[in-house]
Amino acid sequence: MRFLINIFCAASVLFGTLNAVHAARNSVVVGMQLEPPNLDPTGGAAAAIDEVVYSNIFEGLTRFQADGSVSSGLAKSWSISGDGLVYTFELNDGVKFHDGSIFDASDVKFSLDRARAENSTNAQKGLFKGIEAVSVINPLVVEIKLSNPNGSFLRNLAWGDAIILDQETAGKAATAPVGTGPFKFSQWVKGDRVDLVRNEDYWGNSVALEKASFKFISDPTAAFAALMAGDVDAFPVYPAPETLAQFDADPNFNVIVGSTEGETILSTNNQAENLKDVRVRKAIAHAINRQEIVDGAMFGFGTPIGTHFAPHHPDYVDLTGQSNYDPDRSMALLAEAGHAGGLTLSLKLPPPSYARRGGEIIASQLRAVGIETKMENLEWSQWLEQVFKGKDYDLTIVSHTEPMDIGIYGNPKYYFQYDSQEFRDLMTQLNLETDANKRSSILKNAQKLISKDYVNGYLFQLAKTGVANAKLVGLWKNSPTQANDLTGVSWKE
Amino acid sequence: MKIPLAFIIGCILSFLFFVMTIVSLFWIPHEVEKLNILERLKGPSYQYFLGTDHFGRDIFSMLMVGGQTSITVALIAVSVGMIFGIPLGLLAAASRQSIWDDLIMRSNDLIFAFPSLVIAILITAVFGPSAINAIIAIGIFNVPVFARVTRGAALSIWTLDFILSARIAGKGSLRISVEHILPNILSLLIVQGSIQFSLGILAEAGLSYVGLGVQPPTPSWGRMLADSQTMISFAPNLALFPGITIILAVLGLNLLGDGARDLLDPRLQDKIR
Amino acid sequence: MFSYVFSRMRVLILSLLFASFIIFLMIEIIPGDPASFMLGINAEPETIQALKKELGLDVSKFQRYLDWITGMLAGDFGVSYTYRVPVSELVLSRLGVSIPLALYAILLSTIIALPVGLFAAANHGGFRDWSVMGFTQLGIAIPNFWFAMVLVLIFSIYLKWFSAGGVPGWEKGILLNLKALTLPAFALALPQASILARVMRSAIIDTLSQDYFRTARASGLTYGQAIFRHAFRNALIPVLTIIGLQFSFLIAGAIIIENVFFLPGLGRLIFQGIVQRDLIVVESVVMLLVFAVVLVNFLVDMAYLVVDPRLRGNK
Repeated sequence: MRFLINIFCAASVLFGTLNAVHAARNSVVVGMQLEPPNLDPTGGAAAAIDEVVYSNIFEGLTRFQADGSVSSGLAKSWSISGDGLVYTFELNDGVKFHDGSIFDASDVKFSLDRARAENSTNAQKGLFKGIEAVSVINPLVVEIKLSNPNGSFLRNLAWGDAIILDQETAGKAATAPVGTGPFKFSQWVKGDRVDLVRNEDYWGNSVALEKASFKFISDPTAAFAALMAGDVDAFPVYPAPETLAQFDADPNFNVIVGSTEGETILSTNNQAENLKDVRVRKAIAHAINRQEIVDGAMFGFGTPIGTHFAPHHPDYVDLTGQSNYDPDRSMALLAEAGHAGGLTLSLKLPPPSYARRGGEIIASQLRAVGIETKMENLEWSQWLEQVFKGKDYDLTIVSHTEPMDIGIYGNPKYYFQYDSQEFRDLMTQLNLETDANKRSSILKNAQKLISKDYVNGYLFQLAKTGVANAKLVGLWKNSPTQANDLTGVSWKE
Repeated sequence: MKIPLAFIIGCILSFLFFVMTIVSLFWIPHEVEKLNILERLKGPSYQYFLGTDHFGRDIFSMLMVGGQTSITVALIAVSVGMIFGIPLGLLAAASRQSIWDDLIMRSNDLIFAFPSLVIAILITAVFGPSAINAIIAIGIFNVPVFARVTRGAALSIWTLDFILSARIAGKGSLRISVEHILPNILSLLIVQGSIQFSLGILAEAGLSYVGLGVQPPTPSWGRMLADSQTMISFAPNLALFPGITIILAVLGLNLLGDGARDLLDPRLQDKIR
Repeated sequence: MFSYVFSRMRVLILSLLFASFIIFLMIEIIPGDPASFMLGINAEPETIQALKKELGLDVSKFQRYLDWITGMLAGDFGVSYTYRVPVSELVLSRLGVSIPLALYAILLSTIIALPVGLFAAANHGGFRDWSVMGFTQLGIAIPNFWFAMVLVLIFSIYLKWFSAGGVPGWEKGILLNLKALTLPAFALALPQASILARVMRSAIIDTLSQDYFRTARASGLTYGQAIFRHAFRNALIPVLTIIGLQFSFLIAGAIIIENVFFLPGLGRLIFQGIVQRDLIVVESVVMLLVFAVVLVNFLVDMAYLVVDPRLRGNK
């Protein structure tokens, strides 16, 4: 036994010394749960792509700031014609791509035309739908003509899907991205990490970090262990809210709690046999105890919502009262709808823990009012196939993370299958309206309408819960778009 | 003959495991399908014998009910292996060195060549996760095990004298296999079954740990481990107790099976290898 | 003898063909397609069609099966749908983790198992034997993912001796990588070592009753010397067979452990490929694994042929 102990000690000395080697503090390792499938934000929907490249490697004409506002990016300034149809962008001078080639108006035209082309594989092609023509006025001025005025056009251009690529290197963006951003792509060890290095020729303000790595750790326990062991410096979207209290109590870590654009909803198939009846949907809404879900599934992180709108948005209306937790009322409604003897619904859950845990809690809450659920855990591909495309479901839980996406309710073929002419009329009005006050009131009416129709069960706004080394500053608190902008990140000492 | 201590321990552990599970069919301390968020993450106490999980469910009750899942899945998977594997093994032994023997044994090798967990994941990707798919995934890999054990044991019986006399009496291969071979190797197969059963419990835990087994709210030991592992740093009892339960159950059944085999006929097992 | 080799080769090729068919069939009937997965929920149907065309998914399944098989015969395993790099490149980089991990685990398990098995056999039937065998039973019964969790909790979170997972990459030096693979290798080695120790023990006990062992004893060797010089060497044959089997199991069977320690190994590649519906990756990697095992079986048969002259005559 003594022999074994000796070996043990020898091993710990040998390995222990290796730990002492510390990297100089001008690099950062950022943990992410999912690995991006590729690094081309114009050719895939995975949030992980933008979380690596957005405003680090690639930039667009405009960009999101940490507070969600839209500011200038590669475009220095712009002017909009009186009818709101022509946007003239003046581009920054002296911008170079990482391979040394010059950025100019032709690259803008190429990128936008590529995104809206017929054979485009852009996951958010809808963003570019209103563009009628893109024309190069001179190398530093580009003009975009729209077919209809669009109040959110500048915002659309800020999306990761609208970044500007060079014609020569666009085809390689998936594996060897070449952009204009403050960081250059260095290497991608598949299954492990992506390394970036500082772009010394950056046209804007130089960044503090020399190196940055994104490390992919899918398992929440492993994420916890990696932070605790110091293998990663920050985990901006940390997958295990249950351990946040522990990080909070530890002076070596900062817990960063912010908001996201993710409305987490109990999506309901409005054309399903039992759910066509608004009384049943209303009964479900009253059977749900939101606070219990936020506490049980998210360990207290998240804001209850009563409609499909972000609570931090100025136009948000608090409608949680319309579907307050009231099991008696719920049972009465079910009886009225002819389901006094009980009802069985399918509940199909995608992989994120808000869905899996939230699903177990909702199943228990629904059981209390006499609705049995048949729970099924699906992976994303199965979910897309069965629920999203096939509409073969009664209930599911998903967080809709696109900003300002209430418009999806205007599409009767969307997987909720909510068919309301009234709502579609509201959306048409909204798109034609440019007056801010009137837009606001239309948005409020839209929120009230879907809440009154109990289209879905509205649960909570997903919180952005991140953990970082206490000495690391400048990470985004909120998540106006899915990004890990490292431009302002540095170590304080 | 002296009964080894390991065998006795195996008997006791297995007995406790089965009793616990059978009792859970009629009575458990707390309901396991009802969540009680207010009572979550309680340590062991008089009220909650082993504490509560992150949804406020009683861990002890969940372990009791989880035993049902383990036993059901493992038992059916082993039965699947026996139902298909034993006839194939008997056939291979009866027609040894023939094309049938070759075909069966080569297919066995081929099944073993497939990575089992990958196949389980693929089955789930096709049909969706459920207890039935866990059974199929575990069962498939039990078929060649039983075919091989059956063939090995049967071959050694075929060489014995009384088979020759049965032959002379005009009995066909099929009849000899069923009337003479099978009864002689049955006890051995049952012992093998108990070992495969314990491996099945371990496999079920592994599959439900990666989310491929029985779906919530039905408790299963593997999923309890998966659910609790992010909380292991502040609520270690959540991961500790299901882990220990799995270990004790598998250990008990293994000791039982091994001991039984030794008691049965130490000579016979050499022949199989 | 040639006819025997020839017939075994025929079996090998038929097995592989059959396996390729089964694998393709099983993976192609999985619902869901890579293009929809990649483009997410806001994509328009035309966009998905365009991507499918770009990925070469718009041809018939039969055509794709033929392309796949003929490609593999020429050493071309296709291009990953999601990563957009050749599958062979992905596999090679993953093997850079999987093979060292498997070797490390095998090494650990052998180092532990052989002395333990020998010790138990030498004390055959005694209390020491009994307690050692009890421990190996325990080792078999412990789920390795649970053991891995416990190792992480103790050695990375509390003691901070080892990092919680990941590998630094071979360019950073061998020692650092070995250190990173230590906990996962231990987690994998525990059940393997238990099995191996039991095999070792019974193999040695078997030789104890053999004539040459008695002769060795009679010629004046002590019990320990006899075990070491004769029994041990003869026990190596079954032990090596088991080690070979374990190695091929560890290459693909480490999926769960790779997840716990976020290692970019082959198992995770398959798992990710299934989740992302990167079918070509899954098909090719599974096929490669099956091929490896079938080939090893074939080579073992051939080796027996060389070793055992009796086989040469008949068949």
